[in-house]
Amino acid sequence: MRFRDSIITAKKGISVHKNRSALTVLGIVIGIASIMTIMSMGQSAEGLVMGEIQRFGPSNIFLLPGRQPTGPSDSAGTLLNDSLKQKDFEDLQKKSNVPGVKNVIPYAFGYVTASYDSEIYDAMVIGSTEIMKKNFDLSIARGSFFGKTDVDEKEKVVVIGDKVREDLFGNVDPIGEKIQLKNQKFRVIGVLEPEGQGSFIDFNKAVLAPYTTIQENVLGIRYFNRIVVEAESIEKVPEVIRDVKSLLRNNHNIDDPEKDDFFIQTQESIVNQVKTITGILTVLLSSVAAISLVVGGVGIMNIMLVSVTERTKEIGLRKALGASNSDILAQFLYEALLLTGLGGIIGVALGAVLTFILSYAARTFGGLNFPFSFSINGLMLGIVVSVSIGVVFGIFPARKASKKSPIESLHYE
Amino acid sequence: MEALIRTEKLEKVYMNEDVSTTALENIALSIKEGEFVAIVGPSGSGKSTLMQILGCLDRPTGGKYFFEGKEIHNYTDDEFARIRNEKIGFVFQAFNLLPRLTVLENVALPLMYRGIPPRERMKKAKEMIDLVELSDRSNYQTSRLSGGQKQRVAIARALVNDPKIIFADEPTGNLDSKSGGIVLGFLQELNDRGHTIVIVTHESYVAEASDRIVHIIDGKIDKDEKVLHRRIVAREGFKK
Repeated sequence: MRFRDSIITAKKGISVHKNRSALTVLGIVIGIASIMTIMSMGQSAEGLVMGEIQRFGPSNIFLLPGRQPTGPSDSAGTLLNDSLKQKDFEDLQKKSNVPGVKNVIPYAFGYVTASYDSEIYDAMVIGSTEIMKKNFDLSIARGSFFGKTDVDEKEKVVVIGDKVREDLFGNVDPIGEKIQLKNQKFRVIGVLEPEGQGSFIDFNKAVLAPYTTIQENVLGIRYFNRIVVEAESIEKVPEVIRDVKSLLRNNHNIDDPEKDDFFIQTQESIVNQVKTITGILTVLLSSVAAISLVVGGVGIMNIMLVSVTERTKEIGLRKALGASNSDILAQFLYEALLLTGLGGIIGVALGAVLTFILSYAARTFGGLNFPFSFSINGLMLGIVVSVSIGVVFGIFPARKASKKSPIESLHYE
Repeated sequence: MEALIRTEKLEKVYMNEDVSTTALENIALSIKEGEFVAIVGPSGSGKSTLMQILGCLDRPTGGKYFFEGKEIHNYTDDEFARIRNEKIGFVFQAFNLLPRLTVLENVALPLMYRGIPPRERMKKAKEMIDLVELSDRSNYQTSRLSGGQKQRVAIARALVNDPKIIFADEPTGNLDSKSGGIVLGFLQELNDRGHTIVIVTHESYVAEASDRIVHIIDGKIDKDEKVLHRRIVAREGFKK
């Protein structure tokens, strides 16, 4: 029997019971659409987070106090969170200590209530140096960012995020106005451009100031929450990491690397962590969706078995007219494959539509900078999986059909 | 001349929960090309079982079966399917047409399993439909045809593969006498044109239209007689 004839015969077979075929396919459609959506949304979420990480540039090394947590219940790291001191910051900047260093940017941050007139706002207050602007690629809408002299002279100046401006000042021009942070007045010298919400820091809700005026007086701490060390080039990152480690161990009197009271992250290591997390989530959620595919597959098998029984007489006749076992096997297997293949294609299309709607909703209502992405892997997986389901769940009914004895089938009532 | 089909000590025993039923026993039958044989017997005599074995739809449990001189009772399922496809045409009591297909598609079905391209098989099928005088119904779904018309479609289908032999199992059983007569007339006409025909029936007037009557009783050949003057079934309008 020619391949085309097998396909045409199978097509006629499923078109006899259009409603039944459509309902059977629905299980596969839902399963494939869910997997497509989950994978595409996972990819978008990863893209979103990656965009945030990539803002830092690959030559940045993040220095964090404490110990890298080994798991969610590991609290040992947080006990040492005051280990990064002013001396470390100063020593890190010296070329003699770390030859490959280009910039060192300290960060001290915490939540503080900011007020202006009777308006108050709980802001993320971040103290740093003038290099922060470049480090985060921040854009100024009005006024200016604080400069090196502001840091050195401990000027009480702040740059505020757009949401902070809106809530505290409304329509008033904030430049030159003074806001209060913990009993101290700070002059507003700049406003940041509003930006889409990222995953790490929402600069719309932030107040930025020289660390020299914020760290002790407002945040009440004598350490840094982060120090970013920028290497001269990506190639020098490993060398800089080595030098930073030995400098800090020396400063903190640590002989045993196991007892480090700081840890280092690079863009690469964060990227890997994020990929691991989104990967695990995607696999986990996809597995849940895969269960629906199995259920859909069982549905296909069920309907195919019903169909084989119903059409016993037809099978007998076809065999009497010369259909071989493999002709019959092919007919019913192709029917199952057409059903699941159709389900796969509709599912992929539906998944793409759902993803589009969801990412649109995330942008519009969630304020997230959520990109629409169509997972090619999901597409391939959707098609491969739906065809495989057709084979796996179609082969048993098809074999059953092909093994039927022609004479018993002909006499089946 | 070697017989077209020949059996030696053919036997069919059904095993059912340790109870064995002998359907056929010691059947020695030989049919030559061009013969018109009627297998008759009361219901349950085993005549249908015999036809099913001769038609390669079923296997004997003992004895030998030769088709065109070849011993075929040990053939595989697919080899059997091939013989059915290329050498045998069937006409069943219940017509057994596929209701969703058109007359043309039904008739062309055996050619599809032979791997003949669509254009060629439609051409051949049209010729056969023409022969049974149903050209004006070619594109009808078979569910819209009368019983007599359905059986003529079945005859066209049985002929489409140029079979060596046509087996007709009670072909007039579901038809009124007029339609039955027409179908029988067609079979006679085909025989006159050289086709070998084996018809299974329990009606003597049908059997009398053949050349030879094989009586089966209790799974054994009881009598095998020549019909000296076969009854010519009056028919009108058969295409010459």
